[in-house]
Amino acid sequence: MRIMVAMSGGVDSSVVAARLVAEGHEVVGATLQLYDSRASARKGACCAGRDIHDARRVADRLGIPHYVIDAESRFRESVIETFASAYASGETPVPCVACNQGVKFTDLLGMARDLGVDAMATGHYVRRIEGAAGPELHRPVDASRDQSWFLFATTREQLDFLRFPLGDMPDKAAVRAEAERFGLEVAAKPDSQDLCFVSDGSYAEVVEKLRPEMAGSGEIVDETGRVVGQHDGVTRFTVGQSRRLGNAAMRDGERQMVVGIEPAARRVVIGPRARGAVHEVSLRNMNWLIPPPEEDLRCMVQIRAREEVRAATVRRTADGALVTLDEPAMPAPGQACVLYDGSRVLGGGFIRRREPVASSFSEEKEAKRL
Amino acid sequence: MERDWIYFDANASEPARPVALEAMVRAASVIGNPSSVHRAGRQARSVLESARERLAGLFGTRPDNCVMTSGGTEANLLAVAGLGEGRRVLASAVEHDAVRAAAVADIIPVAGDGVVRLDVLERMLGEPESRPALVCLMLANNEVGTIQPVAEAARLCHRHGALLHVDAVQAAGRIAVDLRALGADSMALSGHKFGGVKGAGALLLAGEATRTLPPVMAGGGQELGRRGGTPALPAIAAMAEAAVEAVGALANADAASVMAGWRDAIEAAAVAVGAVACGGAALRLPNTISLALPGRAAQTQLIALDLAGFGVSAGSACSSGKVARSHVLDAMGLGPLAGEAIRVSLPWTTREDEVMRFIDAYRAMAARLPARRATLEEAGA
Repeated sequence: MRIMVAMSGGVDSSVVAARLVAEGHEVVGATLQLYDSRASARKGACCAGRDIHDARRVADRLGIPHYVIDAESRFRESVIETFASAYASGETPVPCVACNQGVKFTDLLGMARDLGVDAMATGHYVRRIEGAAGPELHRPVDASRDQSWFLFATTREQLDFLRFPLGDMPDKAAVRAEAERFGLEVAAKPDSQDLCFVSDGSYAEVVEKLRPEMAGSGEIVDETGRVVGQHDGVTRFTVGQSRRLGNAAMRDGERQMVVGIEPAARRVVIGPRARGAVHEVSLRNMNWLIPPPEEDLRCMVQIRAREEVRAATVRRTADGALVTLDEPAMPAPGQACVLYDGSRVLGGGFIRRREPVASSFSEEKEAKRL
Repeated sequence: MERDWIYFDANASEPARPVALEAMVRAASVIGNPSSVHRAGRQARSVLESARERLAGLFGTRPDNCVMTSGGTEANLLAVAGLGEGRRVLASAVEHDAVRAAAVADIIPVAGDGVVRLDVLERMLGEPESRPALVCLMLANNEVGTIQPVAEAARLCHRHGALLHVDAVQAAGRIAVDLRALGADSMALSGHKFGGVKGAGALLLAGEATRTLPPVMAGGGQELGRRGGTPALPAIAAMAEAAVEAVGALANADAASVMAGWRDAIEAAAVAVGAVACGGAALRLPNTISLALPGRAAQTQLIALDLAGFGVSAGSACSSGKVARSHVLDAMGLGPLAGEAIRVSLPWTTREDEVMRFIDAYRAMAARLPARRATLEEAGA
């Protein structure tokens, strides 16, 4: 089989390429250039110039063709700009989902199809299991590296074409050991962390550079609009957070949290933490990996990247889905809500903003490399 | 002998000519440094000067005005930095990065066929300016092969007190090139573009006396103080030997027309399956073809052809290896086609059966790859 491997230059996708070569497949390596590596790129994040070099050296060693694909403008438009726009509308986006869905599984996968390869493999930690009704997406064996939440938007058509050879690996040590067996120099390379396009870990700076009108201090107000404090920039806040509220963190003996963000007015709205939890979560841009259910669906849902699942009932709506949680929670608008049956991903969507805005208990913005 | 992989990327680097490889090995076995006073030094000096005399003779200047460099990029930089000192620099919109990166230049536009607008150049030269100008105009373009009216440009320049530097890297060995006949002030050459090996080039200066030039690398004052550093004798010897053979082959009119015939056959076959031949209306190098396939990204075409066993290129490959949009095709006003064109450049080793196999592969690719540009879908194409 002729397989394209999306090679990031890291140990995971390098092992995928090496293993497929060893299995006798005709492997074609491809690395996306997502931004100009001469500009400041975060060390230890994926796809910087160093990573392209590493991917090329691995491909060299394996004796496979390797190509660097220019995805700079697409990445800027479909991931970075969208990321900033979401912040500007008061949401907390998940750019890795947009990147997987757009640049990787639409553009690169489309190119792979155009080139007539039979499948595309990645180093993602998920399992693709051939079910009775076609391929299914499952959590990986190694729960600590689970990337299924970030891949919920993978369509069934894409899943059909994709392969995730690392989904069955017991742990990262096993992957590194395999890399060493194959003699790959990237075996000991540190894992990439965080968003690849954010240098020095500051989301706020990236957003403020792209949306300068969001930069600057502003007012912290309560739900009646009374000014109760000052903040140093709305981009530093996520619905559900209690940090950075200063003297406004406690009011009338009640712990406060962010319940809404009004970027245009540069205002942060707070309310008592105890009253922030909700039962209903409205989802948009639903992707179903099962036939879309006609009736209410009982399943487990995960509303944040690293969090336990919770029981819920999901109903399809004309423009998405309505999730009713058994126990109230604090979902953050813009984050994903992914539906599971055991290890299997059933589908998912993005959490809509609520009026008044719902909340999550996010203490920090969190994103995971994919 | 059937080749299992076909190399049609001569403008990136020509296959080394066997005579050049032999000369390289001979020169590499010479022990001395050309600057040394002893016998071994004299031997090395003899290799260097004999290469210089041949190169200067073939391309139309005095040997003492042939400055050896590490390649085309350095030769262009040396000219722009040296001749351009204190001058306003004008460069055509289709110059190679070697020139574009050498100085901040005012851009001379090109017409749709890639030929420089001499009328605009004349107007620019006539603009009131305290400084005289240095004009940079390539003899043949690396991407589309367009041959520029350098002799006319030289006359214009000199009428306005300007100097003209010519990047002849792609032209040398493919068409007749003579610095005196062109009337330009300097000319850059690169050995591996006509069958030498990578690592040597030359800057030819015009004039009937020894010309001085401020060095970019002063070093030990080699090359009459114009370029410091021990010359790369093996690559220089290979360059001279390759030049003799390549220029000699041009005298064979039949061989030259065979190459142009292959170029036209590839172009016609591609156009028949929907390609646009970029710059096809102008006078061009006999070996260079630029083919845009509407709606198909250049990088996808390159990969498809590589996987099928054919090496071609596109636009300019940046050091990361990604395929960048072509500034040359942009300057020619080709719009989105600038990201959808590949360059096929036939090496001196090309054979008829390879041309036929390439045509088959190109047809198959054009049929296979779906058009993906949004504007095409909107236009119903």
